[in-house]
Amino acid sequence: MAPSSGTDGAYGPGALKRPKRSPGRFGMALVQGCAVLTVAVLVFIIGYVMVKGARVMTPGFLLGSPEKMGREGGIFPSIVGTVSLTLASVIIAAPLGIGTAVFLTEYTQEGLFSRIVRFGTESLAGIPSIIFGLFGFLFFVIRLGMGWSILSGSLTLAAMMLPTIVRTSEEALRSVPDVYKETAYALGASRWQTVASVVLPTAMPGIVTGVILAMGRAVGETAAVIFTAGSSLRLPKSIFDPVRTLPVHFYILAREGISIENAYGTAAVLLSAVLLVDFAAYYILHRISKKRPVARR
Amino acid sequence: MKGEKMASMSRLQAESQVENRIGGPPKVEAQGFSFFYGKTQALKSLDLTVPENSLLTIMGPTGSGKTTFLKALNRLNDRVPGISHSGSLLLGGKDVYDRDVDVATLRRRVGMVFALPVPLPMSIYENVAFGPRKRGVSSKKRLDEIVEEALVSAALWDEVKDRLDSSAHNLSGGQQQRLSLARVLAVDPEVILLDEPTSGLDPISTLKIEELLRVLSERYTVILVTHNPVQAARIQGEVAFFYMGELIEKGPAASMFVRPKDKRTEDYITGKFG
Repeated sequence: MAPSSGTDGAYGPGALKRPKRSPGRFGMALVQGCAVLTVAVLVFIIGYVMVKGARVMTPGFLLGSPEKMGREGGIFPSIVGTVSLTLASVIIAAPLGIGTAVFLTEYTQEGLFSRIVRFGTESLAGIPSIIFGLFGFLFFVIRLGMGWSILSGSLTLAAMMLPTIVRTSEEALRSVPDVYKETAYALGASRWQTVASVVLPTAMPGIVTGVILAMGRAVGETAAVIFTAGSSLRLPKSIFDPVRTLPVHFYILAREGISIENAYGTAAVLLSAVLLVDFAAYYILHRISKKRPVARR
Repeated sequence: MKGEKMASMSRLQAESQVENRIGGPPKVEAQGFSFFYGKTQALKSLDLTVPENSLLTIMGPTGSGKTTFLKALNRLNDRVPGISHSGSLLLGGKDVYDRDVDVATLRRRVGMVFALPVPLPMSIYENVAFGPRKRGVSSKKRLDEIVEEALVSAALWDEVKDRLDSSAHNLSGGQQQRLSLARVLAVDPEVILLDEPTSGLDPISTLKIEELLRVLSERYTVILVTHNPVQAARIQGEVAFFYMGELIEKGPAASMFVRPKDKRTEDYITGKFG
């Protein structure tokens, strides 16, 4: 069928002309609208929080200690708390997750055990964060006696990060061309040597992206953290001290009506930090993948 | 260094006119060797002998078992689930499928170059040093020697000696394939397998590789797989024709291309199929 050229039979000279109203155009407008709306939501949220929070985001706010429950003063302890909690959870979760992914992709055939492992990590991803919080509270905080601390919090967050890290690392590892592995094996490399010197370096950009994604989620986590890391406003001295992370801080500020202004300020700091990490990560990644192959050793 | 290069060039010219040497002790021997992927039989009771320091070209259409044969010889097929074999496949008189065979050592003795050039994602130097490093060579001086020697033998040294630290991905296709060859030479193998090494290359690069193989067959046992009868004829030496997992016939290129014994060989080299 000629597309609505009007006449049956042979195509006339006007047959290639695009009709003024067609379902194609409507569809295009529809999906374009969806895309614009999506970006608009993102821009609106970021813009709103930034504008509202900009007024209180002064050096004194960033580097000062909170006073009067956070109504006055700054948020420095919360910044330190958030950074240390996130770093600690990455240090725990990344090796575990990447190791699991290497096992699943390189060390096992698809079988009962690998399916159990995969099903387990997938299920972990579906558990609501409040459940992680409850578990972390009962197990790490109470049962193991770690108390509200960076340690309890980071162990709990690590469990939440694992599925993301495992899944993205697995994908990155699977996308390493098989010929690389064959070449390494054909040169007499063992499985571990092949993984360590060819597979992992090749998959690294994808793995790092996954870790950063997981980190982004951990930074903003509230429910699980409030149960396990506590809500202390003091500056932590070790991983056994409790902390109040930025999201927990602004949750409490807003929830208890202490200071809506400072809540927005805290949110703006958190948001800028996350954006900064994202940009930095993508910049570094871009440079790694460009500069590689690296020089000797 | 220059002298050695010159010597290899003149040897190369002499070699291209000389017929292949036949009659060394057998290096690779298949005796009633069959190979299966699950229930599919890829090689059917293969009997084939390759003498030491000779050049054998295996030709045949896609799916004739050529690559399977190569990957059985260095046991790269071990990675495929559900494989099995029967009969024996000997390297220097020892069955490569014996229980006590160390696969990593076997693969160092039987090097392999693949159809498409595969520069590992590292520098030119590190690509060549990869095999020796994994074997445990760590002395910088020794590695430098090995890398230079391998690159010279692969006729690539002069083109890359000033940029050993740059990415192997910046080389041309032909250079990358010679790099793959250098990488194999660096582990000091006895047998070199090449699986359609020129299929992705232009005619000039192809000729370079072919000349190189003739020179290398003086010191190594070289087994080349190609689906291209013209290449088999050009390279001279011994030619084996594989079809549907069977060895149809084997003999010096000179006689096989003039008087093929089997109808299927004749059809293949005259381009009736394949």
